[in-house]
Amino acid sequence: MAIRVIEEKCNGCGLCTKNCPQMAIAVDNKKAIIDLEVCNYCGACAAACRFRAITIEVDKQAQEDLSQYRGVWVFGEQFRGKVAPVVLELVGAGRKLADARNTELAVVVLGSDLSAAARELSEYPVDKVYLYEAPELAHYDGERYSRVLGDLVRALKPEILLAGATTTGRSFMSQVAIKLYTGLTADCTGLEIGDDGLLYQTRPAYGGNIMATILCPYTRPQMATVRHKVFPLPPKRTNGKAPEVVHLNVKPQLHSSRSELLDFIEQVETTVNIVEADIIVSGGRGIQDPANFALIEALAKALGGAVGASRAAVDAGWIPYAHQVGQTGKTVCPKLYIACGISGAVQHLAGMSSSDTIIAINKDPDAPIFQVANFGFVGDCLEIVPLLTRKIEALRGRA
Amino acid sequence: MDYFFTEEQQMMREVAREIAEKRIRPVAAEYDESGEFPWPIVEAIAEADLFRVFIPEEYEGMDLGTPVTNMCIVTEELSKACGGIALAFAATGLGTMPLLVAASDEQKKRWLPRIAAGTLAAFALTEANAGSDAGSVQTRAVLDGDHWVINGTKQWITNGGEAEIYTVFCVTDPSKGARGVSTIVVEKGTPGFSFGKKEDKLGIRASATRELVFQDCRVPKENLLGRPGTGFINAMKTFDLSRPGVAAQAVGIAQGALDLAVKYSRERHQFGQPISGFQGLRWMLADMATKVEAARALVYAVARWIDSGQAKRTTTYSAMSKCFAADVAMEVTTNAVQIFGGYGYMKEYPIEKYMRDAKITQIYEGTNQIQRDEIGRGLIAAAAAGE
Amino acid sequence: MKICVCIKQVPATTEVKFDPETNTLVREGVDSQINPFDVYALEEAVRVKERLQKEGEEATVTVLTMGPPQAEQALREAISLGADDAVLLSDRAFRGADTWATSYALAQALRKLQPDLVFCGMQAIDGDTGQVGPGIAVHLDYAQATYVAKIEALDKRKITVRRLVEQGYEVCAVRLPVVMTVVKEINEPRTPSLRGKMNAKKARIPVWKAADIEAPEEKLGLQGSPTQVVKVFSPPHREGGEKWTGEPEELADKLASLLKELEVV
Repeated sequence: MAIRVIEEKCNGCGLCTKNCPQMAIAVDNKKAIIDLEVCNYCGACAAACRFRAITIEVDKQAQEDLSQYRGVWVFGEQFRGKVAPVVLELVGAGRKLADARNTELAVVVLGSDLSAAARELSEYPVDKVYLYEAPELAHYDGERYSRVLGDLVRALKPEILLAGATTTGRSFMSQVAIKLYTGLTADCTGLEIGDDGLLYQTRPAYGGNIMATILCPYTRPQMATVRHKVFPLPPKRTNGKAPEVVHLNVKPQLHSSRSELLDFIEQVETTVNIVEADIIVSGGRGIQDPANFALIEALAKALGGAVGASRAAVDAGWIPYAHQVGQTGKTVCPKLYIACGISGAVQHLAGMSSSDTIIAINKDPDAPIFQVANFGFVGDCLEIVPLLTRKIEALRGRA
Repeated sequence: MDYFFTEEQQMMREVAREIAEKRIRPVAAEYDESGEFPWPIVEAIAEADLFRVFIPEEYEGMDLGTPVTNMCIVTEELSKACGGIALAFAATGLGTMPLLVAASDEQKKRWLPRIAAGTLAAFALTEANAGSDAGSVQTRAVLDGDHWVINGTKQWITNGGEAEIYTVFCVTDPSKGARGVSTIVVEKGTPGFSFGKKEDKLGIRASATRELVFQDCRVPKENLLGRPGTGFINAMKTFDLSRPGVAAQAVGIAQGALDLAVKYSRERHQFGQPISGFQGLRWMLADMATKVEAARALVYAVARWIDSGQAKRTTTYSAMSKCFAADVAMEVTTNAVQIFGGYGYMKEYPIEKYMRDAKITQIYEGTNQIQRDEIGRGLIAAAAAGE
Repeated sequence: MKICVCIKQVPATTEVKFDPETNTLVREGVDSQINPFDVYALEEAVRVKERLQKEGEEATVTVLTMGPPQAEQALREAISLGADDAVLLSDRAFRGADTWATSYALAQALRKLQPDLVFCGMQAIDGDTGQVGPGIAVHLDYAQATYVAKIEALDKRKITVRRLVEQGYEVCAVRLPVVMTVVKEINEPRTPSLRGKMNAKKARIPVWKAADIEAPEEKLGLQGSPTQVVKVFSPPHREGGEKWTGEPEELADKLASLLKELEVV
């Protein structure tokens, strides 16, 4: 492994210096010099150089014929037999990738009693549905699941494998990728097939301040997890043939696991799962008192949305951690994010700044939240929110 | 400014600063309003080993030979975030000092390791009719076999009701006036020992202030520190060691207020510019900062001198540090409120609390009038002795 | 019981931005810190240790990180927060590692340490992948539990944990040895203690190189990484839009009509 500046090509423009997150490159006498003690081979310089003057050579090639890998797979995460919404979003993304590669799109579902899931999936433009049904697979178990899917991938060799960046998806895909010794890119927000036929996976890093495009050139499948709400739900299948449903048998030796599910404590409130919500109403320090969260909840309910919170509100014990949006909470990208009494610390912005539309209500006209909000309202959210809730309820009542 | 603290003292400061910023500052306003005792923070202070800094190593402490300076460093840092919460720590220091001053090795072994691990202590001298005139205490202790039987009431005792270990000043020989006072350790839970109501105070509201009520309270004879009749001397020696601590609390409160004022002056815009752009305001800040630094310099100079074991006329200098720092704190916090203007007067902003908290430092452990008296007397005495 | 915690040193702020005027990458306050999620992992490990010690059992906490020589600072900080000792994995061969190669190197080091429990944060705030913890478990062939919000019970053979997942909490019993990743909800981390700081200063921290963990170079660093970064760029800049001021009633009216325009209502 080596990183090198090709002196004939380098004209000392300094773009690499500016793009190096490690500050490892200096330009001296019109040539870039890389400090190998500091460089961590991230490749930002090579990617930034307009003259292809920096090369990172990895003495590496595919260990097998990659052309035997065909097809795009989506992991059909289900909970109690119902397919997770992100799976359908991935079907839309996967369809485009499969078409670009001129190959088929399959969804793999693990669980027990998957007939409803199969039915739901068959309404979408999917070519194949693989079903693994066994009582042991009813609930996610990383060990069992990764053995089962690992085996299937080895046998059928898909070229691309996608999953939702849910708690399950992220844990599960990590295990599968390690087992298969292949690359996995987390939390992708963009997936495209390049001219070279490879999957270009784009993801945010450093709390969304930087985007990186990542390839997996030498191993297969190319694996990625994708955040909720990044891709739109695909239109349902209007014509064409229904997907072929393939039932697969789980080998008994795959059943054992070192982990045993004892209990599941379901959070029944619909206002909890913020990552899947189209509308999120969030409260921060400006809410001032735990009792005032009822105002936020009422607005969320009137809008059919979920309740989010800033770290300040969670740390103050006003609302459970599951609601926290931001760097140490969840990253969300709903269609509409309403920030009430949230100042907009960078840590919070990292979790919500990719929302389609942001509305901010805050007393302080200089609050940083207004720098990302499409619509800003300078005022006390404790006064405005209840008034707004009433107006919306009235509008709904009329309709 | 660098006060050339030792490496260990710098560590103490960092440890205290992290607790102040991460644990105290976010909740200071809540405790100020509720007046609840900040147990979770006291536990954090204990877990961080900070109660060890004024206790010798042979009793599970980590004083490293400089208890007074250490005590000041920690108190200043905690007070920057909340002078009231800091007092749970500082008052334990005060309650411990009589043990350091007068206890036998055996007595130290009994109580100091517990305090080092975070058991709170309290110092109980003041009574309704014995404030500045501390020699006129009336709480009575009578020897009955192997026990002292205590009767009387102590007033405004910091950490009262929350502490486990109390150093109580009682009259053991009424015929001798101040020379008939002794120091007796009483533990919470001793029959006959109860607490009055919690006082509702102007400032340092997170700190617990209560009456201690003794009704035929029997404590073992061996709980008396030193010889009978040395109580008043113990109290005065304690004050010599503890007054720089109050001074450090005052410096911390003043610095905390100054920091907020500087920050606010850069954020607040009037007449199209930050108010820090106005010379009149910058001059205010300059005077505030200069006085805080002068107070700090005096506090640490005195603390070091006491720790050196070479100190003479300790009372004079210890009183100077307390008196000067407390006056600075009152002035600086008042001006900090002024800089915040109308917002500063509102409880929604954190600054008015500093002004309320500062006031007590001019009053307790000897009012600033008493301090000046001590300083004056010291000067005259020194001149008379030809020093 | 032997407990290990894997930590990462990350920039103290994630505010890495392109300055559009100079077109340069700006990192405000380039100080570094322990990845915040790893602090929760460390705190939980120290609490488990303290609980076991109270019950008269032997327990130690060893922290492990892979990084440049200056990552030693993060390890010392971990000792000030209650860890007993630390190991630094530092070798040029580790550089450029993606999550596969990172988890491989950490797993090789853990193989030498033979822990019963391994704690990691659920993800790092710079990379945000959450892949290294589960990866370590697979490399080591340990059982695993991700997104742990609470330890319910622990004995010599198994640990019962509460996992935070989208639909609620999952309670599972997992056989030891196990790798766990923890969420913020699990505890409130302590601040450093004085004794911890003194230990941290004195501690001798061994540095392990590729050869020390018996890791072939082709599985390490950039060489061992299946993924490659080909482009780094700034996300589209988000501009603040219109701002309204006025009486609450007016603002609420404006908001209601805005929501109607956005077809939310």
